[in-house]
Amino acid sequence: MADADTHRTIETVFRIEQARLIAGLTRMVRDVGLAEELAQDALVTALAEWPKSGVPDKPGAWLMAAAKRRAIDGMRHEKMAARKHAELGRDLDQDADSAAEAIEAHLDDDVGDELLSLIFTACHPVLSPEARAALTLRLIGGLTTDEIARAFLSTEPTIAQRIVRAKAALRESGLSYEVPHGAERAPRLASVLEVIYLIFNEGYAATAGDDLIRADLCAEAQRLGRILAGVAPDDPEVFGLLALMEIQASRLKARVGPDGSSIPLPEQNRAQWDQLLIRRGFTALNRATALGGQSGPYALQAALAACHARARTAAETDWGKIASLYDALRTVMPSPVVDLNRAIAHSMAFGPHAGLALIAEIEQANVLRNYAPLPAAKGDCLLRAGRPAEARRQFEAAAALSRNLREKEFLLARAAACDQVPTA
Amino acid sequence: MRVMVLVKATADSEAGLSANTAAEMEAMGRFNDQLEAAGILVTAAGLKPSSFGKRVAFDGTKRTVIDGPFAETRELVAGYWIWNVKDMAEAVDWVKRCPNPMPGPSDIEIRPFYEMADFA
Amino acid sequence: MRVMVLVKATEDSEAGRMPTAELFEAMGKFNEELVKAGVILGGDGLKPSSQGKRVAFDGPKRTVIDGPFAETRELVAGYWIWEVKDMAEAVEWVKRCPNPMFGPSEIEIRPFYEMSDFGDVVTPEIRERDERLRDQLKDR
Repeated sequence: MADADTHRTIETVFRIEQARLIAGLTRMVRDVGLAEELAQDALVTALAEWPKSGVPDKPGAWLMAAAKRRAIDGMRHEKMAARKHAELGRDLDQDADSAAEAIEAHLDDDVGDELLSLIFTACHPVLSPEARAALTLRLIGGLTTDEIARAFLSTEPTIAQRIVRAKAALRESGLSYEVPHGAERAPRLASVLEVIYLIFNEGYAATAGDDLIRADLCAEAQRLGRILAGVAPDDPEVFGLLALMEIQASRLKARVGPDGSSIPLPEQNRAQWDQLLIRRGFTALNRATALGGQSGPYALQAALAACHARARTAAETDWGKIASLYDALRTVMPSPVVDLNRAIAHSMAFGPHAGLALIAEIEQANVLRNYAPLPAAKGDCLLRAGRPAEARRQFEAAAALSRNLREKEFLLARAAACDQVPTA
Repeated sequence: MRVMVLVKATADSEAGLSANTAAEMEAMGRFNDQLEAAGILVTAAGLKPSSFGKRVAFDGTKRTVIDGPFAETRELVAGYWIWNVKDMAEAVDWVKRCPNPMPGPSDIEIRPFYEMADFA
Repeated sequence: MRVMVLVKATEDSEAGRMPTAELFEAMGKFNEELVKAGVILGGDGLKPSSQGKRVAFDGPKRTVIDGPFAETRELVAGYWIWEVKDMAEAVEWVKRCPNPMFGPSEIEIRPFYEMSDFGDVVTPEIRERDERLRDQLKDR
């Protein structure tokens, strides 16, 4: 095999193995940063040896053994240094040997649990969501610092520093690297899901003209979600989030026009929706429901996405079901934006007056006063209620609030169109 | 029953030519709409020419990677659907209504899936 | 990128010979690996071509041909759909797959057409080239 080919193969093997390597090594050395260094050392060794010896039959096991050797050498070295200082001699040497044995035994275990523990570690709540996202993409997704920087529209030094700080924070926090159980599990899991969805949304927000790596974030987040589902098969919200991402991603192709503009859901060509992802989304949602998680915030959002995915045409959308899902969602995920979407759903299901009543409540709370979609929704309800003059003022207000040029044009066009509608 | 409907390759599809005119694309789009409306369509996709593909040959413990393109053009797969149909006869009937997916003569192959019952 | 991974048929698979318990288990383990790596989107096994049909298209003519089909080694016995970073990753995964058949066999990896491909494919030049090619074919 040519050298270039071997290098390519080694890099690919490493990408496949990296997360599991780091996971296993972290459990052993109790330090994510050190574990990553050991894994990198193993890669360097492979790059030097495999071109001569050929790629081993079990490359993952080979890499793990190489990293393990480095770790044990390192430990012995540390103990030696300690012995020089304290003359403790034999006891410490035995410690090092028994540690090495424990490690041997441990590495034969199934790594599923270790991978899950690494995910929980990278997404630990002591870190900011941005730091969690960067560390997760680095350690589990295997992205380079440069790729992460491009994905988050940041610079390489900024991301590198963010990752270094995150690793230091984890080291200093003295956490156990165990998979959390009991009462601790739910909040820790929420922290993991938040990060994966943040990565997904970062990709979803990217438009066609953007760097492709940004759109790839969706695929990365879906992959993380699928990995998580594989190692945490009994957590309903894991499947809720996975379902939500798969169904939303099924529309990625359909939501961008040839000129790069985004196409709203009702106007999308449904033939372009990815049926394979929709089916996977439904399967994941069924799993979430079977685990008793149908009213979790992610499962409810997935159920909403599923309502749209099920409708063959926009007109067939089951707005009654959507309205009731929003009713449920606002109790587990209270947010004025959810309230506004709920108002729109009610207006579609029960008529513009139902929508206007709910919008009035939101207006009283005054939180969304600078949020263009609020007057836009109100304008739509007013227009459908046969009050075009009032609707026009709302569309104009929405246009003034919008920061997106294309959206502004759209709203002004709607305002202008109000003149042609007869008053009821 | 679920079947896989394989669109076999031709010299044109292997050359990677977008051999379909707008009218043909539209006809295929209409056919897909009918499948969708009938609730038959599970999924569908087109594959790039085999020059973009690879094969891995298994022999004992040996694994040999072979780069595309592959000979036997007419036996290669250019695209596929997965359908949910009552029986093979229904699948054949639907395939007959399909516009010819290629500019020249071509074949579509229908193959039923193994189901859980087959393993019992 | 999305790829289709085609398990090619052998005389055994065409004869409907079921895999051994060992292979079944090894294949199950491999599938589990794929799931844990977040790679697998779907997959299934096909019955022998003796239970399949072909429809031949030629102009307005449609001819139904019953299986089995010749060219055993070129037929498809099963498939997966994977989401991978690149072809190199797909090849690495296939190398880890247990041999799905009793004797020597082949697995083929084929990338899907993606939306971005069509943006490139349907350039005016290609369309023109296609049209010329079609004209030539007609002249034959």
